[in-house]
Amino acid sequence: MTVLGKSAKGGLPAAAATLPPPGDPAAVSITLVRPSVARRHRAGRIPIPRLARRVIGPVLVLIGWQLVCTQGLFTSVEVASPIAVLDAARELWSQDVLQSNMLISLQRVAEGLVFGVAAGVALAVLCGLFWVAEDLFDPVIQAARAVPILGLVPLVIIWFGVGEFPKVFLIALGCVFPVYINTYAAIRGVDVKLVEAGQTFGLTRFGLVRRVILPGALPGFLVGLRFALVGSWLVDVVAEEINAQSGLGYLINQAQTTDRTDIMFLCLAIYAILGLVADAIVRTLERYLLVWRRGFQGG
Amino acid sequence: MTTEVQAPANTAVFASGVTRTFGNREVLRGLNISIAPGEFAALLGRSGTGKSTLLRILGGLDRDYGGEVLVPQRRAVVFQEPRLLPWQRVLPNVALGLAPTGPNDRGRLRARSISALSEVGLASHARAWPVTLSGGEAQRVALARALVREPQLMLLDEPFGALDALTRARMHGLLRDLCARHRPAVLLVTHDVDEAIVLADRVLVLADGAITVDLPVRLDRPRDRSHVGFTALRTRLLDELGTSGGLCPDCPLVTTRLS
Repeated sequence: MTVLGKSAKGGLPAAAATLPPPGDPAAVSITLVRPSVARRHRAGRIPIPRLARRVIGPVLVLIGWQLVCTQGLFTSVEVASPIAVLDAARELWSQDVLQSNMLISLQRVAEGLVFGVAAGVALAVLCGLFWVAEDLFDPVIQAARAVPILGLVPLVIIWFGVGEFPKVFLIALGCVFPVYINTYAAIRGVDVKLVEAGQTFGLTRFGLVRRVILPGALPGFLVGLRFALVGSWLVDVVAEEINAQSGLGYLINQAQTTDRTDIMFLCLAIYAILGLVADAIVRTLERYLLVWRRGFQGG
Repeated sequence: MTTEVQAPANTAVFASGVTRTFGNREVLRGLNISIAPGEFAALLGRSGTGKSTLLRILGGLDRDYGGEVLVPQRRAVVFQEPRLLPWQRVLPNVALGLAPTGPNDRGRLRARSISALSEVGLASHARAWPVTLSGGEAQRVALARALVREPQLMLLDEPFGALDALTRARMHGLLRDLCARHRPAVLLVTHDVDEAIVLADRVLVLADGAITVDLPVRLDRPRDRSHVGFTALRTRLLDELGTSGGLCPDCPLVTTRLS
């Protein structure tokens, strides 16, 4: 859109002085544009629900996967088709193999998470609040963090044998570090102005921790929790593949010896679904715990 | 932490020979100040003269000072930013400064907090989240949070500096009313000369690490900014602050509003 500039009669004297007089052939011409393109809702367009839109991507992947398999690009030992995976699921379910192994894996992960997250939070609070604790523990934790947990597996077997404890121990270890690092950083990142405000209103040290520092560190803790959830499953698979007679990792390992690619894919798919569920749980948690961030009025 | 010392009679703030250095920069050099109970003092000074440093020392937030400082047990500070806890609704934020003294104390604290909120006209916002408040509303909540403790000393660190002119004028009226009702001693740190004259019983100027001007404000309330006494005092103070002829690029004093 082009509008020819005309010097307005009631314009500012200073501006008018620099503009050419009306009717001047050298009138200033400025190209005008809209500041933003207005959103227009096209008539007759059916709105697609958010959930449906989010499902489209995975469904397309599944269809492509099935097509690749039916086209015979891979043998069934190399890649199992989605339908073959479903069949495997049905087969293992009817034999009660799937449920029992999934349950035992879930239990190990849950136990490891509880202990790992608790230890991570405890260490973070100690180091975040007390300089002595930080100087004492933090270097040790940072060094331990650099050691790949999977490299510890043989040692853990020597120490604790092949029972439940070493698996839960490894999973817990995998959860400690992400929770520790994020929570600790969040505690140190709590706005000092809020801490000062609390101090001027006579909050005790415990009151400051409970009402200012811990709530302020909550978002950081939740980030750590997300990392811990992912890490716990990772460690679980490895722990079960190496020394277990049960669990999803064990199932994958068994499937390898019998060339049951469909079962391997099935277990991987279960991991993916469990990951989605865990993420949804943390999101829900965030929605409730961090409600103040969005300025939610009700509730 | 707090040791009780016998303060001179009829004094809410007593500070003598206060020093504070940052690195090798001496911000306060043997400053003396005393404020009577119920007295409203305004502290003016160019930026960087140590106004906020003094206020932080009086508020117990700065411990690395020299000299003698005595303040009442019940103090409250209002900062330039409201500093409300974003994860608590308005009411628990106001109750922040109230410690329960017994098991059945919660109801009483709640009632006191609600009445403090009503005093600043925000009782209906008790369940709102701080993020939903406007700047002026949040600062009123901060005032309620300070008042609810019935402080013997209120320290105000440029509490209206971030507000627009209209809201600021309304806040001045509110603060005057609240102080008239509760009678705390007040130390208002500001760089707005008009604000100081409108509100205070006494205006102090901090320069070169000490109080250089200490003037009573003997003008009738409500104070008229065009009154001869007002303009004379303003000119005098602006002069003391060194804005009359000098250049002061970061000095907001020149924004003295003539309404």
